[in-house]
Amino acid sequence: MRIRREVAWLYLAVGMGSALGAVCRLSVGMMVAGLVASPFPWATLLVNVLGSWLIARFATHAGLSGSRRLARLHPWAVAGFCGGFTTFSLFSLEVAELVIAGRPGLALAYLTVSVPLWLGAAWAGDARARSVLARRTAAVGAKRGED
Amino acid sequence: MDGWTLTSVALGGALGGMGRLFVSRWAASAWGSRFPWGTMLVNLLGALVIGLLASLLETGSTLALMLLTGVMGGFTTVSSFSLQTLDLLREGRLMAAIANVGVTLIVGLSAVAAGWMLGSLIDGLLLGREALP
Repeated sequence: MRIRREVAWLYLAVGMGSALGAVCRLSVGMMVAGLVASPFPWATLLVNVLGSWLIARFATHAGLSGSRRLARLHPWAVAGFCGGFTTFSLFSLEVAELVIAGRPGLALAYLTVSVPLWLGAAWAGDARARSVLARRTAAVGAKRGED
Repeated sequence: MDGWTLTSVALGGALGGMGRLFVSRWAASAWGSRFPWGTMLVNLLGALVIGLLASLLETGSTLALMLLTGVMGGFTTVSSFSLQTLDLLREGRLMAAIANVGVTLIVGLSAVAAGWMLGSLIDGLLLGREALP
């Protein structure tokens, strides 16, 4: 029973995080559409890069700090929010639609810049979490030294 | 953005996210968690289904918004894909990382094309039937 209740909470947390992520993705889409009129799918590229940064920033921080509060937030933030915010299906559909619209060069450019930017963003988020934690540890160490 | 749009995307996103959790838990129990099988599976399945739906649904309709932006958008993920690829690289498993990226992109783009063609075929069959006297 206990395990079943934990699984139910897991689904609830991921569902709620993913709902919020999807709504934020829709909002970014509308904001970008209001700013730039371009056949290039800027909005999806932006959410996927932001989401990749955020997931690594959170997951690395939560993992290395050993914080119980962050561990409890993990399903909601990682599989939930970041998972619902970013999207592979819309990315692949946009590549196909650019090809169908007779813009194969743009499709290739979208494909080629996307993957390095996603991975680079995850790398940067991870590095950021590590440097923040290292600085915090150094500050605690210095404080101890003063005492 | 009206309330109906917001509700349908939120509801779709919740369903998609829970579906992704279900598939990745199933994949991890079936194939283990040494390789991100779950994320790969949801992204390939999601690409196939979004191609199919996009060719059948009217662009901009509330149903398209709920199913494409909401459900399929929430079902698939780039953030976990990026994080897991980074983890594979950090573990020094270069071939596994390359395979993860290569298979997801190549099979994913083929899946969206296959879904699209399947949808057009279904659409054509239905239209053909309607055209009969």
